[in-house]
Amino acid sequence: MSSDLRYAMKCYAPVIYKGLSPCKPSAIKSAVLHSEQVQYVIRQLAKETGESSDIIQEAAMEILDEMGHSMQLGAVRFFAFTLSKIFKRLFQRVCVNEEGMQRLQQAIQEHPVVLLPSHRSYVDFLMLSYLLYTYDLALPVIAAGIDFLGMKIVGELLRRAGAFFMRRSFGGNRLYWAVFAEYVKTMLRNGYAPVEFFLEGTRSRTAKTLTPKFGLLSIVMEPFFKREVFDTYLVPISISYERILEESLYAYELLGVPKPKESTSGLLKARRILSDNFGTIHIYVGQPVSLRTLASGRINRCPYNLVPRHLPQKPSEDIQEFVSDVAYKMELLQIENMVLSPWVLAAAVLLQNLPAMDFELLIEKTLWLKGLTQTFGGFIEWPDNLCAKKAITSGLALHSNVVCLVDGHVVLNDKGAEGGAVGEIVFKRALAILMCGTYRNQLLNVFVRPSLVAVALQMTRSFRKEEVYSCFSFLRDVFSDEFIFFPGISLKDFEEGCFLLTKCDAIQTTQQEIYPTDKGSVVISFLSAMFRPFLEGYQLIFRYLSKEAKAAFTEKQFIPGVRNFVFQLLEKGNTQCYEALSSDIQKNALAALVQLGAVKKKKMTNGFTYSINQEAVNKILDMFDSRIPVQKPVAARL
Amino acid sequence: MAASAEEAAGSGPGSPSSARRRLSVISGHLRGSPWAPGREGPSPSPCKAQGAPAAPASGSIPKKRQELLKWNGWGYNDSKFIFNKKGQAEFTGRRYRLGGMVLPTFKEWIEKTFGASLEHKSTSRASLNVNDVPPSVVNEEFLRDLIATKISYSQDAEDRVFRGHGHCLHEIFALREGIFRRIPDIVVWPVCHEDVVKIVELACKHSLCIIPFGGGTSVSSALECPEEEKRTIVSLDTSQMNRILWIDEKNLTACVEAGIVGQDLEKQLAESGFCTGHEPDSMEFSSLGGWVATRASGMKKNIYGNIEDLVIHIKMVTPRGIVEKNCQVPRMSTGPDIHHFIMGSEGTLGVVTEVTIKIRPVPEYQKYGSVVFPNFERGVACLREVAKQRCAPASIRLVDNAQFQFGHALKPQVASIFTSFLDGLKKFYITKFKGFDPNVLCVATLLFEGDREKVLQHEKQVYDIATKFGGLAAGEDNGQRGYMLTFVIAYLRDLGLDYYIIGESFETSVPWDRVLDLCRNVKERIARECKEKGVQFAPFSTCRVTQTYDAGACVYFYFAFNYRGISDPIHVYEQIERAAREEILANGGSLSHHHGVGKLRKRWMKESISDVGLGMLRSVKEYVDPNNIFGNKNLL
Repeated sequence: MSSDLRYAMKCYAPVIYKGLSPCKPSAIKSAVLHSEQVQYVIRQLAKETGESSDIIQEAAMEILDEMGHSMQLGAVRFFAFTLSKIFKRLFQRVCVNEEGMQRLQQAIQEHPVVLLPSHRSYVDFLMLSYLLYTYDLALPVIAAGIDFLGMKIVGELLRRAGAFFMRRSFGGNRLYWAVFAEYVKTMLRNGYAPVEFFLEGTRSRTAKTLTPKFGLLSIVMEPFFKREVFDTYLVPISISYERILEESLYAYELLGVPKPKESTSGLLKARRILSDNFGTIHIYVGQPVSLRTLASGRINRCPYNLVPRHLPQKPSEDIQEFVSDVAYKMELLQIENMVLSPWVLAAAVLLQNLPAMDFELLIEKTLWLKGLTQTFGGFIEWPDNLCAKKAITSGLALHSNVVCLVDGHVVLNDKGAEGGAVGEIVFKRALAILMCGTYRNQLLNVFVRPSLVAVALQMTRSFRKEEVYSCFSFLRDVFSDEFIFFPGISLKDFEEGCFLLTKCDAIQTTQQEIYPTDKGSVVISFLSAMFRPFLEGYQLIFRYLSKEAKAAFTEKQFIPGVRNFVFQLLEKGNTQCYEALSSDIQKNALAALVQLGAVKKKKMTNGFTYSINQEAVNKILDMFDSRIPVQKPVAARL
Repeated sequence: MAASAEEAAGSGPGSPSSARRRLSVISGHLRGSPWAPGREGPSPSPCKAQGAPAAPASGSIPKKRQELLKWNGWGYNDSKFIFNKKGQAEFTGRRYRLGGMVLPTFKEWIEKTFGASLEHKSTSRASLNVNDVPPSVVNEEFLRDLIATKISYSQDAEDRVFRGHGHCLHEIFALREGIFRRIPDIVVWPVCHEDVVKIVELACKHSLCIIPFGGGTSVSSALECPEEEKRTIVSLDTSQMNRILWIDEKNLTACVEAGIVGQDLEKQLAESGFCTGHEPDSMEFSSLGGWVATRASGMKKNIYGNIEDLVIHIKMVTPRGIVEKNCQVPRMSTGPDIHHFIMGSEGTLGVVTEVTIKIRPVPEYQKYGSVVFPNFERGVACLREVAKQRCAPASIRLVDNAQFQFGHALKPQVASIFTSFLDGLKKFYITKFKGFDPNVLCVATLLFEGDREKVLQHEKQVYDIATKFGGLAAGEDNGQRGYMLTFVIAYLRDLGLDYYIIGESFETSVPWDRVLDLCRNVKERIARECKEKGVQFAPFSTCRVTQTYDAGACVYFYFAFNYRGISDPIHVYEQIERAAREEILANGGSLSHHHGVGKLRKRWMKESISDVGLGMLRSVKEYVDPNNIFGNKNLL
């Protein structure tokens, strides 16, 4: 107790940006309100709507009050105190890469810093602020979803701890966009504090990195494009949890049981979680990436020189492309530094051996997978040279809500599944599989390139490099929302996949051909089995769209429709693909079809409407089922 | 051709201001060729200009430039910085007010700023070795034709070397190392427009390359001879075309031959009570034709305008013939102004021979001034306001803190205890009482000109604005020292070169709202590039806002570093300068405000004026000079 208190009351004198002109949160708000940028938009709106500019100005002030943080050291100390108590209860250890913190400390003094953590849990930003406080670094201001504000006291406390709030969608509201963008940029330009937000936009319910959102990233990059700052550091941060606090919540949500609204009482109920153990957290603070270095030679400076800098300007195409590339690059860096626990490996093995698996075999296979993961560049944390058995046992213990050991066999913990009705059984089972999948998912982005080569090899049943690449490239397009691929480098991804497979002796390549080696078949089949849930899941969803769905539908109709379709197949035992029940896969599959042009997406007043091009969907389905070969122009270089 | 490298007419500190002060200082440089009114008479020259008054036998700069000027550095032979026997810095000669004065704190400043040591010297070749110079290759027939015209010429190595370079760092560095690549094969000295016509005709006839030469103060590699040029290169030195042909007091214009250098022009006009008011910092050496050819800008442009505002009529000899307008009017609407093809053409189209320029009565009263600001931001805001109210004095410049400290280091030994006591008090007042941080504050220097009453009124207006931005009046001395800086710094480079310090200046123009960002980013870029390129000691980079306009400002940078431990300092320097220019362009600055493009900044021309714009210029060049007689390869 006293040590937590001492910690909270410690002398806190963080290093600050060299060009900082210190100011209070209220001064920032007023600077934003009176900035040329915001005033310009206010005048424009006044002219267009006929409203008096005073009224619009007031509206802008309200937006600012709703949004703005009011960081106070008192609140920070309060959080430090409670968080350190709570975190100590919840987690066994928090591991941080020290040199990363030192690099960050250096970076904060040099240029404005943008922190880009991965987002798996609400704990992310609390933990990060806590960490920075501990290391005597400037606390970040954090872009948080406005739904937090619904949490009465906590919302206000978060605000005082440095959070600022953004509405989830404000595309059409120019005033909101102007005020928000200017608010973020003002804090960045002044070097007031590091700005923190999540590229993924929301917590990933599947522990798989979500494709990036570009809005906030392009806002924080703009001061550099306009040379209002010399440089900006982007710092990818990977936060990996041995056990995710919200794991069961997520699983329910994915299965369509709605997410409880953020509320203080909800948080209090979550208190029972406090008695639980959530293992270790690993935080890897990546090398700060200089935006100037990234942009060098890429940005045509003309557009920014020819328009006054305070005018809102739609980013040019090459800027948009650049922002997107940077976003993907940052996410790939996050992925690279994610720490994988033994349990993650075990979960991946277990999911291929359901319903039950011999414990010794699990250990053996997990160890084998460890080697493979390391070959593929995965960052494994094997606690203190623990022997495999101990490591896996402790993993099982930590995740006893998902799996348990029965008679030397590891089985899914889908309690209540036996007795109930068929539907109940399917649901419980799906719940357990999705939770288990959350851990396997952490491997996927490390494995995706060699695995899609493996899948392509199996699908084409050909050794001709050209054909395998066509198939790979097709799969990569289909899964472009499911996994993280740097845009436009299909061939490079393919070559990397082949290289990694060669490295683990799974294949041999010649100029024209790719052969699986004799002992490579184990690897190949393991890899394709790892991604089978996605292939089968997409197949089911495509089938639903081609056969069952109406010609036009909304997203609200799509998810329940496809869920029912899959559910019935599962009940009948016609498929074993429980993961197809996940709304995440369902949405991604639909998005893939939109991207491939097989489904048209139209914006209506109340959300989006989709219309299907049956022929195109059938064709894709056929390619997926390997009934027809993938036809795609092949890169000439191959 | 002549541009405006850093050199101003010097004037010492502590003098009471008067309109003639600056002019008298300039005329003080002259030795042995006073232009007494009594010597007026018919010109001995074969060229007969209508109603021309007599020309002086020669201008301030002799035909044999080497007799007066350094062969391997800036300015007069007798004027330079040295460290005396006591190890104190001193400025030699009697030409400038600083001459013969000891600068007690300068050595320490150099050591502190550059990490330089007086023990480590890098010396220049003592003299020009004629054997290192490429031979003169001149066609016999041409020589015969040339001799027939009776135009003076020389194939002497020294004469040729002197006209083969400007004052870019790499050019001076090469001289000091005794490296000569391509230089002119022959120097010719026309004395009038007709001579130029003859030379251009001969060049066309014999297929030669002409490179016009005015004052030789270029800082854009404009005078460098293209190495691949196989034709005979003729350096056309305009310095002997230096007469004022007539003065028209009714219209306040004067027709002047283009070879006249700034100090002679002002001095001779002053005899009649006039001035042009065009004072680029290089005006001791740069020529009227050079100003036209580079679009020069003068320190006092706020009153008198830049060269494009001053020029009424231009006569230029091109391979296609003579280009000029038919009248001398203040403005005309006859399609695009052909003057604007000529101004900034950098010697690629022809030779400017005669210019009619606006003149003004010499102002009655002149007063320096200075204002201290708590920081650079406030200073820029003040200058912006002054520009907005259109009440800028003849000159207003804002130097950043580094340059303020630099100026401080150049303070001569104080004569009396009383003065040093006063200095101490001033410092105490500003730093302790007003709370200015001596490492952050910055200074604006001012020069007012006009009739006495108006100057005082104007002064009050400007100081009132300054007060609103937290500025404190800081006296005339500081103002004057600020202006002195601009001329000594060119001499300083030669001193730096002796101690492994290389440096240069560069400039740009930029919209007001980007001034601060540009200054900060360029300095930061320089610091970062130096670090990356292995420069051991943090570089000296400083800037000042030297001109204000309605829509923006001109910003001038100095950049120097200690190159010990670097094997190829010039290459490193050029890389960093290029990076700095990239940074300027990325910050919305221009490629050049007044130095011009030359060959140094050609690579950015397309980006600066668009493909079509470049094509427009090219097509003019192709029409005017299809055989590329004016083949200095500048600009395009």
